[in-house]
Amino acid sequence: MPLQCPMPQFDFDVITLGHGSGGLLTHRLLQSGVFDLFKNEILNQQHDGAYLLLNGKTAFSTDSYVISPIFFPGGNIGDVAINGTVNDLAMCGAAAKYLSLSFILEEGLSMNEFWEVLVSIKNAAEKAGITIVTGDTKVVEKGKGDKIFINTSGIGTLHPKANIHHQNIEAGDVIVISGNIATHGIAIMSIRKGLEFETNIVSDTNNLNHTVLSLIDRFGIDIKFLRDPTRGGVASVLNEVAELCQLGFYLDQKLLPIHEQVEGACEMLGLDPLYVANEGIFLAIVKKEIAEDFLNVLKKDRNGTNAAIIGEVTQEHAGKVIMKSRIGGKRIVNYLPGEQLPRIC
Amino acid sequence: MKYLSEYRDPELVETFIKELHRITTKPWTLMEICGGQTHSLVKNGLLDMLPSHITMVHGPGCPVCVTSVSVIDEAIYLAEQPGTILCSFGDMLRVPGSSKSLLQAKAEGADIRILYSPLEAVQLAKENPDKQVVFFAVGFETTAPANALSIVHADRQGINNYSILASHVLVPPAMEAILGDEENKIDAFLAAGHVCTIMGIEEYFPVAEKYRCPIVVTGFEPVDLLQGILMAVQQLESNEYKVENQYARSVQREGNRLAQNTISEVFTVSDRIWRGIGNIPQSGYEVNERYKNFNARIRFNIDLPSAEENKECISGDIMKGLKKPMQCPNFGTKCTPEHPLGAPMVSSEGACAAYYHYANATLSI
Repeated sequence: MPLQCPMPQFDFDVITLGHGSGGLLTHRLLQSGVFDLFKNEILNQQHDGAYLLLNGKTAFSTDSYVISPIFFPGGNIGDVAINGTVNDLAMCGAAAKYLSLSFILEEGLSMNEFWEVLVSIKNAAEKAGITIVTGDTKVVEKGKGDKIFINTSGIGTLHPKANIHHQNIEAGDVIVISGNIATHGIAIMSIRKGLEFETNIVSDTNNLNHTVLSLIDRFGIDIKFLRDPTRGGVASVLNEVAELCQLGFYLDQKLLPIHEQVEGACEMLGLDPLYVANEGIFLAIVKKEIAEDFLNVLKKDRNGTNAAIIGEVTQEHAGKVIMKSRIGGKRIVNYLPGEQLPRIC
Repeated sequence: MKYLSEYRDPELVETFIKELHRITTKPWTLMEICGGQTHSLVKNGLLDMLPSHITMVHGPGCPVCVTSVSVIDEAIYLAEQPGTILCSFGDMLRVPGSSKSLLQAKAEGADIRILYSPLEAVQLAKENPDKQVVFFAVGFETTAPANALSIVHADRQGINNYSILASHVLVPPAMEAILGDEENKIDAFLAAGHVCTIMGIEEYFPVAEKYRCPIVVTGFEPVDLLQGILMAVQQLESNEYKVENQYARSVQREGNRLAQNTISEVFTVSDRIWRGIGNIPQSGYEVNERYKNFNARIRFNIDLPSAEENKECISGDIMKGLKKPMQCPNFGTKCTPEHPLGAPMVSSEGACAAYYHYANATLSI
């Protein structure tokens, strides 16, 4: 049950430039909006930086979140700002432990909306088991931002059995996806102005760290590579990795898991689901011998119920992603040039 | 998915492929008109499954590709007028004009919005009475009824800050231009299913008759395309040249009368310059005299010098079926989706884009 926090009494109904001045308004906003909500030993020191204690090899990652609209079916920018960075660390084989949290707020953002985002951040952080230890808040003039931009950076130690690197990938390895593709991107598009269409698709944004770390614990170095195919979708990630390891990736279209409504929306909008953004899924490249076991274990996890083996790594077509179409033809799956734009007819 | 999975059925595909192999005795060159068909052929890997005797060449049915540089320049000019909102379908934005694309103009500060329907543009005009809202009305006969309807709606509601920049093109005159070209190699056409859904099939009878060329109105899914190809090859093998309708689940002989009436209410047939091909007489729609107040060219008194096309782009030869994208020396090198020389490389229906995305020249799959 997610935490429901009553909104504290703020001086204003909306964010003003004064809230970013560093003066009294900033102080009040941070006291009741941030320090009280996220309170923990490190944050409570209210110093300019956080003192951390980490043991062993450490992963560090940062990401900025600029989603429009900030609220969408299945979550809001706050959930994604936490889950995104937690998941980036998980893909390195690390358990995110500490997070920084910075806001760039647009003048005029309603306090209700800001509070709702803050509460989502708190819930997502608790669920992922991470602590927010430092942060910053700036306010820009109206028209100079888009309600709210968030940056989070995360740090955490590597699982002792983790060895995630593209150099580990070999021909014969198997490509697994942990869930339905394109769900998050279509959930956001379904409510974007000018595109609104009726659907009950909700974003799959979620923390993947617990799922991934328990898989690493069990399968260790037989998990060669992990990546969450967020922006640019599955196709872009696979292209990057194929190029890095100079091997071919061979996908089978009929094995790609996709929700029927998402597939329908992609057909209607003229989008290729392989390029649509995801949030709560990951790609794993694993040793062939463990692939079935890996899939069975993953499918029992709530983040993996729709997991599937979608292809294999090959010696031929080095650096390319090839897909066998549903009807048996073959085609190349290329990088996405620029943004996917809706088509004419 | 209902009405889609049936037309992507691997067993049916195999049946059609086998039948095509069985009946094809001579080399035939077929042109699919519509860019949507081109993409489906390439994306599904169908081209490699066809008998080697059958060559598919890719036609001009990509509205983005055939829109001339001068019209793109007009759109950019309008977008850069203060107090103006230019609305466009998404895939026009990357097409290069003579100095820049709409996407570049947008990055420089022009108010350009991507819409799915011209009726949204009318709504936008209503919500922004202090702005001029212009819809970039591009497309074949398929998008013409909705664009015409937007003017009828705006007129009815007394909205006087709405206009369109019309760049409509028509299929039959383009087919005649291709068939009449002395270098023409096309033996049969797959006509565009969606265009015929609006216009019907009757206007193709004289074309088939005059050039003794089979025309099969065809859909967009793998089974549609293979059946269309099979019907065309059957005609060619038996020396026939009829107009046939493969896409009967959508296309009726007379088309959609209501949509046609809306078109003739607002538009008049006019000459149109096609990118890479040149002027084709009576091959486009322009806003008619009655609704001239909704014609952005008149409202903004546009008078730009006509722009030269990039000479390095061979899009004309590609859209006339004389060359394949990979025969262009600049394909994938000087011309890429990020830095296009011409529209077929950036439109979601462009032939060059299809080959670039799904069948890279360096790869023999």
